Amino acid sequence: MKMFNFHLMPYAHADLQAIREHGTSWMNFPNSYYDPVKGADLYHEYLDQLEFADELGFDGVAVNEHHQTAYGMMPVPAVLAGALARRIKNGYLAVLGRALPLVNNPLTIAEEFSILDNLTRGKFIAGFVRGIGAEYHTMGINPAESNARFLEAHELIIKAWTQPGPFEFNGKYYKFKYVNPWPRPYSKPHPRIFTPSSGSLATIRWSAQQHYTYCQTLAPIQAVAQTFKLFREEADKAGYQASPDQLAWSNAIYVAETDEKALQQVRPHLEAYMNEFLTRNPLMMMPPGYSSVESLKRVRAMKAYMGGRQTAEDILAKGVVIVGSPNTVREKLAAFQDMAGFGITLTKTQFGTMPHAMVQENQIAIAKEVLPYFKNRLPQPVKAAAE
Amino acid sequence: MDFFDFDVRGTKIRHIRKGQGAPLVLLRGCDASDSWREYMEILARDFEVIVPEHPGFGGRAKPDWLDSMADVTNFYLDYLDALNVSGAHLCGFDLGGWIAAEIAMRDPRCLASLSLCGAAGLLIEDSVPQDYFLTSEEDWLKLSFADQAVAAAEITRRLGPESEDMRLANAVVIAQIAWSPRWHDPDLRKWAHRISLPTAVVWGAEDRVYPQVFAQAWANLISSSHLIEIAGAGHCPEIEKPEAFAAALAAFLKALPDKERAAA
Repeated sequence: MKMFNFHLMPYAHADLQAIREHGTSWMNFPNSYYDPVKGADLYHEYLDQLEFADELGFDGVAVNEHHQTAYGMMPVPAVLAGALARRIKNGYLAVLGRALPLVNNPLTIAEEFSILDNLTRGKFIAGFVRGIGAEYHTMGINPAESNARFLEAHELIIKAWTQPGPFEFNGKYYKFKYVNPWPRPYSKPHPRIFTPSSGSLATIRWSAQQHYTYCQTLAPIQAVAQTFKLFREEADKAGYQASPDQLAWSNAIYVAETDEKALQQVRPHLEAYMNEFLTRNPLMMMPPGYSSVESLKRVRAMKAYMGGRQTAEDILAKGVVIVGSPNTVREKLAAFQDMAGFGITLTKTQFGTMPHAMVQENQIAIAKEVLPYFKNRLPQPVKAAAE
Repeated sequence: MDFFDFDVRGTKIRHIRKGQGAPLVLLRGCDASDSWREYMEILARDFEVIVPEHPGFGGRAKPDWLDSMADVTNFYLDYLDALNVSGAHLCGFDLGGWIAAEIAMRDPRCLASLSLCGAAGLLIEDSVPQDYFLTSEEDWLKLSFADQAVAAAEITRRLGPESEDMRLANAVVIAQIAWSPRWHDPDLRKWAHRISLPTAVVWGAEDRVYPQVFAQAWANLISSSHLIEIAGAGHCPEIEKPEAFAAALAAFLKALPDKERAAA
């Protein structure tokens, strides 16, 4: 198993009561709640954490993209990836991912990813996503065109990376007389591609067909296992066997001396993360055309999505995150890997309001007590019941 | 009153035609899949009322050609050709009002008059409407009516589970047209002066979706227009005050000079 240290870079000083009053930390939560003095410190702490992860032996570090939210302060992830590119000496650097449909010029993504791939001498991982529903509000892009724009932007970027320029590109959404980006990617034929998604069948199928790595965003482990099973089936249909390295599970891990201590320490930060930072209005998340009518109805029916506070115990019981003593974390991670069959975990060591010192202790504990046990571990066959 | 299938150069839509007299084409808004209503029945006493459902509505796939308001407008010009009508009166509500204005701006040859009721399509910087795409269907209906008893009845009538799939699919067409720029066409302000048809701007006196300032803006843009206010009605006077609305519209249409009533 490869373990990446994944960061959302939340605005950890967010006024949780104000988020509750606004009903969301996204879009409509006023940016007057952002204090740049505190924010500047957070950026440096978070970048320090990711550099520390590289020193500690994590297999890679990852950042992502979200807009207009206290949930994550990385609307332009390449800036932060650029800050990391010369400091990450051992592992991979990943942007998971860049939301292709949200830009009107996807060539800028081909360019910034090529620079990062050059800077890291090929240890860069390119993430391609559609962006979540709220992003279509904040970026003014039509959600009814989300899927078509994603596919066309992807085609343009891959062509820009692999076909000698200059050439002309005339798509429906993107038209360029000259496509000839400098630099070309360091990796051949191009950086490795990850496709994070919340589990839409269309994305799973497409990702499997492209032989990409599929990343499942935060979800209960049973649902993750189902999704990864679908991916393997789609790979089978595409005529090959998916490797565990094509399946990445996005999670959060917190380790302390005992299960009780771990739960007690993590509770306020985990609950703030799941209840305040993640809370979004379904209308924001599911704009028309972003998902199929079937998916829309499924989400509409999920009342839990809107309200109902989740306790740390609820979140742990569903296997969304792993919290506990070293032994508990090792056992659960191994069991989850065997159940779902992933070869990569994208692990947040900071989430919600968790402060810097606590994150560093968590990182050290994971590096000492978890990482060594999983270095070359592959999913083990389990009894039929799990699948 | 049932819809009939109608083919416009390979695009299938549904429409309703009823009544005798000069053709009166009603372009509805986001509710275009709703059935025959009382105001239509009243108008059908004096006119041939023609009510199309928008392309991509009603459970049909969004046509491949449908990318923008310009496409919808050109489709409706094809539709008017296919109807083979002349001297038609065109009346649009909300989204349909926006479409009607675009049609009248581009090619009014088969039209005798234009009526805009609670029409979308204009941006007024200091009067930003509530975001349709961040409002539940239920809350939107509450906002649309002055009388909340009418709103409650419409919610029960229209938002049943049996039509949910269709409404969600219709919403994709609406987003395709109106997401960005949000519910307006910046070019309308540049070219609306080309509308020279006799025009009625019909507005609910208590419209909270597009307040009176929008009615005034339309009236200012179209020099051949005049304002008609429907008392006690919100954004949908045709539903909330069907008799008053139909009477006001019929009075406007009947008062037009003979030239504009040529086909009557």
